[in-house]
Amino acid sequence: MRAYLGRRYRLSASHRLHTASLTEAQNAEVYGKCANPHGHGHNYTVEVVVGGEIDAATGMVCDLAELDGCVAREVLEPFDHQNLNTLDVFRNRVPTTENLCMEIQERLRKALRGDLSLKVRVEETGKNFFETRG
Amino acid sequence: MILLTRKAEFSASHYYWNEAWSAEENARVFGKCANRNGHGHNYTLEVTVAGEPDPVTGFVVDLKRLKETMEREVLAAYDHRHLNLEVPEFRTAIPTTENIAVAVWRRLEGKIEGAKLYRVRVYEMADLFAEYAGE
Repeated sequence: MRAYLGRRYRLSASHRLHTASLTEAQNAEVYGKCANPHGHGHNYTVEVVVGGEIDAATGMVCDLAELDGCVAREVLEPFDHQNLNTLDVFRNRVPTTENLCMEIQERLRKALRGDLSLKVRVEETGKNFFETRG
Repeated sequence: MILLTRKAEFSASHYYWNEAWSAEENARVFGKCANRNGHGHNYTLEVTVAGEPDPVTGFVVDLKRLKETMEREVLAAYDHRHLNLEVPEFRTAIPTTENIAVAVWRRLEGKIEGAKLYRVRVYEMADLFAEYAGE
């Protein structure tokens, strides 16, 4: 039997949406207030959903402590209370929440057991969120 | 096709324990959840059904009847109960959130009038849930 386990984590970080490939005027037009030179921050919620067979002995899809440890190591430690624009991974990539979501998906995909399916959802505010589809 | 979801809440206690293992092994795998005196949660259940809106009523299902079915088949058995000790399916299956989602599916499958059971999601707490869709 295949089931899915979802877990929600929180991280706070700042970012600025701005790209050198556009003029200042174009950045202002595309990103609006998000292009403010000094940046701004969000309390992000990261929802991780893993899918797999329910282990007959434990009744679990995966060990929750292992999942928590993996997300802490791969996502929370690198990103929580950071300015995303200063991190290597966003040096040449605008730290939109779309890109943050894809980055988290890639990190967790490499770190999690290969037989688990993975979906990542990042909520930037209570009103907008971004999802990968595994 | 339209998906329609109804929520319900129930409060229950449980513990995690595999009889085939030693006490040490249970403690190692399940941690605090292996405390044999049990502990409890306020669970939130989300039942999603799929169907076409009826041309006359515009409903996929009658929500009142869906609510009654959930109450009769699930909440009457689970709410304010000790899942391990009082619910038959958890005499053998450990009442993890995953297994509760499967058990709720089995209790509801075939009992939804006019629509197909699509997905069951069980929140053990706001930050932890399991889903089962009959796979």
